[in-house]
Amino acid sequence: MTVVTETRLALSVKEVSKVYGPAGSHTFALDRLSLEAKEGEFVCLVGASGCGKTTLLNLIAGLDQPQNGSIEISGRPALLFQDAALFPWLTARQNIELALRLRGVAKSDRASEAARLLGVVHLEDFGDRRPHELSGGMRQRVALARALAQDARVLLMDEPFGALDAITRDLLHDELERIWQETNLTTIFVTHNVREAVRLGDRVLVLSSRPAHIVETFDVTMPRPRHLDQPDVAALAGHIVDRLRREVRSHAAD
Amino acid sequence: MPQTEAFSADIAGLDALDVPVQPAPSAARRLWTGAWPRLAAVVVAIGAWELLTVLKVKPSYVLPGPAPVFSRLVRDIGSGLLLHAMAHTMWRAAIGYGIAVVIGSGLGILVARSRVVRAAIGSLLTGLQTMPTIAWFPFAILLFGLSETAIIFVVILGAAPAIANGLISGVDNIPPILLRAGRVLGAKGISSYRHVVIPAALPGFVSGLKQGWAFAWRSLMAGELLVLLGSSLGVVLQNDRDNSDAPGLIATMIVILLIGIVVDSLLFARAETAIRRRWGLLTD
Repeated sequence: MTVVTETRLALSVKEVSKVYGPAGSHTFALDRLSLEAKEGEFVCLVGASGCGKTTLLNLIAGLDQPQNGSIEISGRPALLFQDAALFPWLTARQNIELALRLRGVAKSDRASEAARLLGVVHLEDFGDRRPHELSGGMRQRVALARALAQDARVLLMDEPFGALDAITRDLLHDELERIWQETNLTTIFVTHNVREAVRLGDRVLVLSSRPAHIVETFDVTMPRPRHLDQPDVAALAGHIVDRLRREVRSHAAD
Repeated sequence: MPQTEAFSADIAGLDALDVPVQPAPSAARRLWTGAWPRLAAVVVAIGAWELLTVLKVKPSYVLPGPAPVFSRLVRDIGSGLLLHAMAHTMWRAAIGYGIAVVIGSGLGILVARSRVVRAAIGSLLTGLQTMPTIAWFPFAILLFGLSETAIIFVVILGAAPAIANGLISGVDNIPPILLRAGRVLGAKGISSYRHVVIPAALPGFVSGLKQGWAFAWRSLMAGELLVLLGSSLGVVLQNDRDNSDAPGLIATMIVILLIGIVVDSLLFARAETAIRRRWGLLTD
């Protein structure tokens, strides 16, 4: 830790490689991939399918180990999946309370903290429902509350809104942006919806496919809150899509 | 801020539309829906039985009709003969099944979490489950003599593999995403088992327990007929046969059938329904 900048880094991935398959015939999922995120920054990763986005998040979350390179992260990150992955035998409230318990929150404080977190995601009236009694969007908000219960400094999101309808996704963008601004969480958001990335991110990173590394970074400077259909959002998204297509096309030449 | 208010209204409206609507039938209706097919089946079965006796397919000292059998059933229960036998038999069932649950769960956990143990005894457990337990009795009698121990030993051998296999398949069928979610939340080692693996494997475990009970009950009846000890249902059955007492024999068989059904529907079917309702796997 020799470099001291104005804002501290919450996440630093350096030259990370990940290989799959038996030795000799192995394929690189990630090839010397590096990325950094400053504290409180909202970073979006976009890429075509099969670009190792999920592999990268698994490595950052510590669910998997890289062959080479290093990952430095402040604290243990929270991870939100495309499927809310709530425990079906627990109610919404109990799912959040379990996260609090595993974090080591005292029993006497769990109920009030869970109620507060349900309020943060506007679900105070739905705490006693089980996951199957909630809609997809509501499940994803409970999952977000459960992730917040971890009190992590870094929030990883793996296409969290990919399976939701457009109206719900719109509202969840607003909700996520508000929570991000209130908590100052460093957020790494993986998506293949480029407009969504421009709508939410401070920066959008374009990943190459097989093996993955970062081919270009786009700074998003439009003031917040942005809207998906805003002309400058659409224009930047179009530009990024062009870059992605060029990347995809390069694989046809191989 | 009016914008925040509008947002809250939007999201509340969407939630109200999104929540699945569940029509709840009345309790009486639900009871009737569950009860009438069963009643109908019993009526049909007894009717067919009566018909066979009216047609005199077999002489009545071999196949008596429902009326003499049921009056005999009432008499044998009233005299305490069957209650006494049931007490002895259920005591054996409880001991044997109880020990089988402990051994089966232990083995199941070991196989589920260790690759080496799975390779070593995983297929053996399945083999044991398919082996007819009555084939164990000559060996059990050799080992323990004509004793309670011999009977309970075979009951355990009958039930434990089914319970272990239920737990193993319960663990194997946990969606990987739930295990990942548990790890992300910081569940490790014991706490992972306590908060994620065990509750997630519960549906498989309960069906293993249910199957284990069926195996235990069958093994117990086989054992009680081979090792005639005390005042068990098996002893009553054997005495009825020795005395060519067909009504008493069939009355005892009805008791054996009813015990199996009652234990299954009061304990295991209820537990399964409760779990499926919790998980949202019931459609009604």
